[in-house]
Amino acid sequence: MTILEADDARDRLPGGAAVSLRDVTKTYDNGVAALGPLDLAVRTGEFVSLLGPSGCGKSTALRIIAGLNEPTTGSVQVAGRGVQNRSRHTIGFVFQEPTLMPWATVRANVQLPLDLAHIPHNESVARVNQALAQVGLTEFADVYPRELSGGMKMRVSLARALVTDPDILLMDEPFAALDEITRFKLNNDLLTLWRKLRKTVVFVTHSVFESVYLSQRVLIMTSRPGRIVRDIRIDAMEPRNEEFRTSPEYAAHCREVSASLAKASNAGTSG
Amino acid sequence: MTARGTSPGKYLKFVLPLLALAAGVAVWEALVRINSLPVYVLPAPSVVFATLVQDWPLLFGSLLTTLSTTVQGFVAAAVGGIALAVLFSRSKWLEYALLPYAIILQVTPVIAIAPLLLIYLPQHVAVVACAWIVAFFPVLSNTTLGLNSVDRNLLGLFELYGASRTQTLYRLKLPSALPHILGGLRIAGGLSLIGAVVAEIAAGSAGAGSGLAYRIAEAGYRLNIPRMFAALLLLSIAGIVIYLGLSLASYLVLRRWHESALGKES
Repeated sequence: MTILEADDARDRLPGGAAVSLRDVTKTYDNGVAALGPLDLAVRTGEFVSLLGPSGCGKSTALRIIAGLNEPTTGSVQVAGRGVQNRSRHTIGFVFQEPTLMPWATVRANVQLPLDLAHIPHNESVARVNQALAQVGLTEFADVYPRELSGGMKMRVSLARALVTDPDILLMDEPFAALDEITRFKLNNDLLTLWRKLRKTVVFVTHSVFESVYLSQRVLIMTSRPGRIVRDIRIDAMEPRNEEFRTSPEYAAHCREVSASLAKASNAGTSG
Repeated sequence: MTARGTSPGKYLKFVLPLLALAAGVAVWEALVRINSLPVYVLPAPSVVFATLVQDWPLLFGSLLTTLSTTVQGFVAAAVGGIALAVLFSRSKWLEYALLPYAIILQVTPVIAIAPLLLIYLPQHVAVVACAWIVAFFPVLSNTTLGLNSVDRNLLGLFELYGASRTQTLYRLKLPSALPHILGGLRIAGGLSLIGAVVAEIAAGSAGAGSGLAYRIAEAGYRLNIPRMFAALLLLSIAGIVIYLGLSLASYLVLRRWHESALGKES
């Protein structure tokens, strides 16, 4: 896999590796093996889902890509760079919870990454406006998070992740806590954004349906310690919309992914 | 039933305590008059009030003295408590080294420390020091609690975006700890008044104090019971005003985002 050693310039071309993990393992201080060994390559512009039973370490994998957790062994490259020397705006992260500062308005929350990087005020205002427009929250800029619904809070979180114009968007079960109607709406909006912005997306979920609906590839993980056992390509109609959700094609993919997931979960339960 | 939203309930919350107070005062007044109790046994509320008006110049001066001590002790406790908590959050070593002594200072009754402080410090400093000692710990412990209860994911986010320690402190930890800090300050306000009174009582025997507590002690020696009640009344009012003021400040600061302040709205 020489593509993984590609230099910076080539990585940014379509088809280059945006994220690559090799032989990554994570063992917690108490000796519990949480992850791996894990090999993972995500191409630039790709939408990939990590799907696995709860507690399989998929969130840990995402946090390792983000540099929030250190891998115990193995190497991590993001946009062709190691964790230490990458720019702080390579990655946008969306947590499972909206993770907003309750004391700050929507605008201030979205602006946070720019403030932390000392971006001049004029420039950051323009970028915040753009990010808010992308998630459809322009009118709610001066509102406090508590006044928003769960779905809107998640949109703020998404806008904050987009405001730095990152190459890679890491999403950790972002819609898991939302009701289905809101989740479907956000799924569609996320796909629209992805088609427009062509970010690389690594999306962690435990929903078979969500992973099939959103991704180009679904990576199936085993129970703890999580390993990737299958790489299922979802070659389906584009652009995906509510029509896709009710198509036989969608059902067939869901069946395949579901079966693999069941197999992977069983394979891991011995440990 | 929630008092919120229903206007009769809202009124009752304020009217009932006032009615209870009026009834209590009326019964007190009646008992004193019916039994013709002498003022040195129990002065009637009307006599206490008359004394308050008559002695106002003296008592008001004393009130200002006590309040000044209280405010100085409170400010020292607020600044010292918050600053030390921030230092503790930065250096575990410092926390391990100093926290036990902060606790010892807290659990030792201030009334027992006051006479020693009066020996070693100039009187006005000793009095402020007493107020500081009692008020300091709640600020320290509440701020520490607040600084330690920051959302882990928000911390992760700050780390992801390369925030410096100073940025994390001012933009995340302190705002996030604010409800706890304000809670600590609200307790500290009342406690610094207690500390000031305790110190004045301890210093009073030295005969140089002029605060309200000293007036109470002095009036006690002279069997001037109405003045004792009048001074006590002023102290109570001062405590209530301090508490309400700090509650209001806390509400104004938090009203737009914190749960504790939201219940009072709408």
